[in-house]
Amino acid sequence: MTLTDVRPARAGRGPAPNRARNRDTFMLMLPALIPVLVLSVGPLVYGIMLAFTDARSGRNTETSFVGLANFGDLLTDVDFWESFRIGMIWAVSVTVLQFLASLGLALLLDQDLRLRGFARVLALVPWAMPPVVIGLMWRLVYHPDAGILNAVLGTDVDWLNDFSVALPAVILVGIWMGMPQTTVVLLAGLQNVPKELHEAAGVDGAGVWRRFWNVTLPQLRPVIVAITSLDFVWNINQFSLVYVLTQGGPGGRTRLPMLFAYEEAFRYGFFGYAATLGVAITIVVLAVLGVYLWRQMREAD
Amino acid sequence: MRTALKYLALLGYIVFLAFPLVWLLSTALKTPQEMANLDPTWIPRRPTLANFADAFGEQDIVGSAARSLAVALASAVITVVVALPAAYALARFRSALNKVAIGWVLVSQVFPVILIIIPLFMVLRRLELVNTLPGLALVHVTFTLPFALWMLQGYVRAVPRELEEAASVDGAGRLRALASVVAPLLVPGVVATLLFAFISSWNEFLFALVVLKDPEVATLPLTLVKFTGPEGVVRLGPLAAASLLATIPSLAFFAVIQRRLRSGLMAGAVKG
Repeated sequence: MTLTDVRPARAGRGPAPNRARNRDTFMLMLPALIPVLVLSVGPLVYGIMLAFTDARSGRNTETSFVGLANFGDLLTDVDFWESFRIGMIWAVSVTVLQFLASLGLALLLDQDLRLRGFARVLALVPWAMPPVVIGLMWRLVYHPDAGILNAVLGTDVDWLNDFSVALPAVILVGIWMGMPQTTVVLLAGLQNVPKELHEAAGVDGAGVWRRFWNVTLPQLRPVIVAITSLDFVWNINQFSLVYVLTQGGPGGRTRLPMLFAYEEAFRYGFFGYAATLGVAITIVVLAVLGVYLWRQMREAD
Repeated sequence: MRTALKYLALLGYIVFLAFPLVWLLSTALKTPQEMANLDPTWIPRRPTLANFADAFGEQDIVGSAARSLAVALASAVITVVVALPAAYALARFRSALNKVAIGWVLVSQVFPVILIIIPLFMVLRRLELVNTLPGLALVHVTFTLPFALWMLQGYVRAVPRELEEAASVDGAGRLRALASVVAPLLVPGVVATLLFAFISSWNEFLFALVVLKDPEVATLPLTLVKFTGPEGVVRLGPLAAASLLATIPSLAFFAVIQRRLRSGLMAGAVKG
């Protein structure tokens, strides 16, 4: 009712004066954007510029422009490549396993099961916890003497200090921590799949599995692309959780790229080099997500 | 049969999600003697609240919590004050800049924080704000701003433009229309953004680690991480207790908004 009342009036006004008025008001609104530019865009641009300098942490050190020298160093830095490899293993496995686990949980939560309400609330709890607390909690679980995991499994493993087990152990925590976001988003996506499609497919004789594969999954695709991309970005940039769990140890086996960059910048004082590492990771992420961002921009229009 | 399998799977998820939480609670309720026992049990033999008292006594938990609170409040308020006018501008005036801004919010999520923390650290050092709480609050504003902007412009967009225009037609000036028509409708969105910014700051660890070197100004996450010393096992009880206490604010926040989360608030945020 209101819609039909309003529409003719807007159409009658015509686009031209509207645009002029918008431009005027926009000039008035410009000052509102300046703090955002100063506080948010500024530091990032500065950070990117640092990647091309030899900035050090000392107060009175001279900083000079070194072009792409840092990038050259990075490409031949064995430690960086090891950290990058660990980061990719971490980000890809956490993202994929988290997605599969969350999809399963979302499908269950979408059904009329008992305990569903309880499971839904429980699935949100990790989201509500500070990453530091999650790390500390899992350190209690993994504790070699006082931890519950060894007690339950009857093993005697120092989970977070063992060269071969530490990374998988940390990945498990990553999955646990990120499941809520992914599950909530997938569940919302599932609930937006029109019921009629399912019923029609059912009438045509499609079984549960085929209905999932041919109806649910294609409908869910945009949501899946969005959440897995975001998960990938968040995971490759993860710092706090792993810092609290292992500080990158044992022997660098869980030193994700951001832990590497943190050490370079704030332990050894190589600001420029650490910034270069940040830029390099950004380039990797952007390459992976190029398609996704392009789709987002198109949708945002 | 199929239903039985579903319940089995659901039970598996519940166990996976719940067992670390149960263990945290169990550890928080155990006596130091029991912690030293080499055969850990799920249920404390003689549950005690002494760990909570110890947590307050041993480390500067109360002081850190107070500092975390101050930083979180300040950065939440500043974030919203800075973001609201910009969000209004972005939501109401379609232009090329609008697209750029939305792209910016997305892209800013992609950049690793290391690219922001180093320049901010250099600036803070120049301003003599390293090791100070205002310095950390400023960093948190920078860090929260893009997403807060994104949230707020969504809320502004949800207020029908027609309402504003109607108020103008009725003779109200632009500012009066804003104050009397738009502002009341934005209150829930502003509150949600304030809470989001507060929780982001309260939980934040990396920036605090970089900016606050001095234990005397440490925020709660920093103090928690430094909690376990060489004494080891006996101190795990108080650590667990303190961790539980540190979770209360964000748990309360999620209790308030969980209904909206479940109804797919985040799906909207992701899809834009």
